Amino acid sequence: MDSALATTDHDVHEEHEHVVLPQHRHHFETVEQQREAGSFGMWLFLLTEIMFFGGLFFAYLLYRNWFYPAFAVASNQLSVPLGAFNTAVLISSGFCMAVGVWAAEVRKRGLLVVMLILTTFFGLIFLGVKYDEYHEKYELHHIPGDSFNISMFTNPAGYGIKEAPLAPDMAQKTQIFFFLYFAMTGMHALHMIIGIVLLFWLTWRAHRGDFSSGYVAPIENFGLYWHFVDIVWLFLFPLLYLINRHPLH
Amino acid sequence: MAHEAIHTDANDPQNITNPEHAQHHIVTPLQYTYVFGTLLLFTGITVAAAYVDLGWANPVIALGIACFKAVIVILFFMHVAFQSRLIKMTIGAGFFLFLVLITMTLTDYISRAWGMW
Repeated sequence: MDSALATTDHDVHEEHEHVVLPQHRHHFETVEQQREAGSFGMWLFLLTEIMFFGGLFFAYLLYRNWFYPAFAVASNQLSVPLGAFNTAVLISSGFCMAVGVWAAEVRKRGLLVVMLILTTFFGLIFLGVKYDEYHEKYELHHIPGDSFNISMFTNPAGYGIKEAPLAPDMAQKTQIFFFLYFAMTGMHALHMIIGIVLLFWLTWRAHRGDFSSGYVAPIENFGLYWHFVDIVWLFLFPLLYLINRHPLH
Repeated sequence: MAHEAIHTDANDPQNITNPEHAQHHIVTPLQYTYVFGTLLLFTGITVAAAYVDLGWANPVIALGIACFKAVIVILFFMHVAFQSRLIKMTIGAGFFLFLVLITMTLTDYISRAWGMW
């Protein structure tokens, strides 16, 4: 028994090839298969993320229909120029990430590092603008909770806002808009913060040369994550900032 | 070992007998630039459209443009246009499931809270 086991072990060791390249681990038949398995896994994760954000989008859809007047005036308090600027910043960040994936594929180490730094840079600008927007809402007492102030919505003329005043009970529903605004943009910002932490780590590894010898999977899969976060914002921007804009005129 | 030399369905680096393991496609920076320009252009269009009062068409246009932008990001920035059918089907199935969940939940809410709509 013992000797039989030993013989089998010996045979396995003889036939077994130890591939040390990270782009081709020994349990995958081909590099292409490994790559496809990696992309497939990343997409499954992103689909769970779609379901997660989907719950928030659904809550928005429902309450917007129930309390439309409150959602319209509350949405008009958001700054379209800042939102549009942030959209352009995020698209630029995504573009740099995409070029970074290309740089890794054609093994340009320097360009990859530059592109990852630019991706991080645009991501940080986005978060900075977001902080400014949150701070404005804090000063206006438009963060849902005990200190929430509805007077801007019950008496818009007193604040120089051309908007029909809301009845106090409907004005209270603006809290639901702002709750969803903070929940959705906050969860999006959290994803960006996690992404930026990962970007620091990937930039360091890229600088070390980990991704310029044919091993691009971490860059590629992080790119998928970063573009997914972009897509969430592509929907948040029109839904939160733009959709009720026309009543202002 | 002789393992490398034998061409089987599993050992098919050139994807001759197993085309599902698609050859990796590299999207060029020029193609990314076109996508980037399109995304910025449509961001401008969606902002401009929001300031024109089109009634019920405003949210439809805003969401239509958002969907279009999302699709080109998915197809080109995320390389889905060049992925294998397995990955395309998986993503399609995921979005389809998402729509089913939204539709069923919305149906439930509409039919329960009839007076509120």
